[in-house]
Amino acid sequence: MEAFLGYGFLQRALLAGIFIAVACALLGVFLILRRDAMIGHGMAHVTFAGIALGLLLSVVPLYTALAVTVVSVVGIIKIKKKAGLYGDTAIAIFSSAGFALGILFVSLGRSFNVDLFSYLFGDILAIGNEEVWLSVFLALVVIFVIVLNYKKLLFMTFDSESAKAAGIKVNRLDMLVGILTAVTVVLGMKVVGILLVSAMIVLPAAAGLQLAGNFKRAILLSVAVSVVSVLGGLVCSLCLDLPASGTIVFAAFIIFLLFFLIKLRRDRK
Amino acid sequence: MDSTAQKNKILIRVEDVSFHYGHQTVLSHVSLDMHTGDFLAVIGPNGSGKTTLIKIILGLLEPDQGRVKILGRSLGGFSEWSKLGYVPQNATHVDPFFPVSVKEVVDMGLIKEARSKQAGKEKGMEAISWALKQVDMEDQQNHRIGNLSGGQQQRVFIARAIVNKPVILFLDEPTTGVDAETQDRFYEMLGVLNKKEKMTIVLVTHDIGIVNKHVNRVACLNQKLIYHGDHDEFCRSEAFKSMLEGGHHLVSHRH
Repeated sequence: MEAFLGYGFLQRALLAGIFIAVACALLGVFLILRRDAMIGHGMAHVTFAGIALGLLLSVVPLYTALAVTVVSVVGIIKIKKKAGLYGDTAIAIFSSAGFALGILFVSLGRSFNVDLFSYLFGDILAIGNEEVWLSVFLALVVIFVIVLNYKKLLFMTFDSESAKAAGIKVNRLDMLVGILTAVTVVLGMKVVGILLVSAMIVLPAAAGLQLAGNFKRAILLSVAVSVVSVLGGLVCSLCLDLPASGTIVFAAFIIFLLFFLIKLRRDRK
Repeated sequence: MDSTAQKNKILIRVEDVSFHYGHQTVLSHVSLDMHTGDFLAVIGPNGSGKTTLIKIILGLLEPDQGRVKILGRSLGGFSEWSKLGYVPQNATHVDPFFPVSVKEVVDMGLIKEARSKQAGKEKGMEAISWALKQVDMEDQQNHRIGNLSGGQQQRVFIARAIVNKPVILFLDEPTTGVDAETQDRFYEMLGVLNKKEKMTIVLVTHDIGIVNKHVNRVACLNQKLIYHGDHDEFCRSEAFKSMLEGGHHLVSHRH
């Protein structure tokens, strides 16, 4: 293990992976309980357009992905309220439009197909220095904002009307959750890729929610599952020479399955 | 200020409020005051605008016309949310999979309390214990709320609403889906909060019989304000008789 940790690429992957895992799990618990679990999947499609745009314009794709995803999530929230659409319909509209736009950008810049693959399937072991620090910084921002607004977010998620009656600016907080989701999806993309990023948000949180008796425990369990999945997935990836994105997500799935079986057994007693 | 003046202090003033959902009138030119010490039942048939009125007072809906003053301040400039407690309609429809304990639910109510950050955890815990004691749920504080009965969940929501010791407590159809025996105990508990803790209580209900024992004021709505005054006078009034005879879906049963 010491020999492994001596590698710079592994240190960078661990550093970025752990911070991003914590951010994904924290946000995931709130999103699942708000019945917004699919927003991660929808945002991932939009991220594809952002990445393709960055590659087309020769700008750091992480920046264009961030900009496009944040603008889209604001659009989803606005259109949901103004047009009276259900949340999943608004997500479907933006995710399909985003993906279509991504295909057009890819078609316009035929030469960057290889680069695009690393974003589609993720490649945390190839993460560069600048991307590590940007990822850690953004993950810390997401974690800090969630911790700072923890009680308000819990109240709003549990009982939105009473939260509003208590003077909490629910609409503003809704927007904040949307923007945090956009940032987290872009971060998660670096770990497991666009195609699997929603799993980083949903699986650890879904696993934590299986066994938690209270909300604080749900948060802590989800964070633990997320971090263990990243660590375990990276180790498996190195030992078995498999893609890290697949091993990380599969590790999270195995833990979810384990927690689900424990819950089933506990409920039968 | 003498005690009578203190007792009759206006806490909420609703002035000429009207509200429409599309072309349908829900409230038409409603004006009423709520005073210190009131245990007010807002009654009326289904669709009479009871819930809409409470939501307008709490700032959850904006009236098409008229205005609301809370503790002397217009709704737009009001910020002392810790002085209001609210138990919404269907509060007992809790998602059974939501992993939240009784203590965590009551703690949500402390968000409104500006002092809570400075006062720290200890004071918050004291307030939660006090609120749970009032509703006789102290022993259940670590239980998951989804595992409790409807009546117990209702008491937890009351505890959340009173944890800041509010001046006014609003309850919207609080006993829907709760059995008759639990309802009686529930109204007795509200009576204690009104008398012992000096909490003004505003209760939305279509069950005028069940509140006979405790309320001292009645506001009867049917888009317009039909009656607003003493409970005893209301029971003798034409408004009461005509509502019952008119076949409105009000439940009446004497104790």
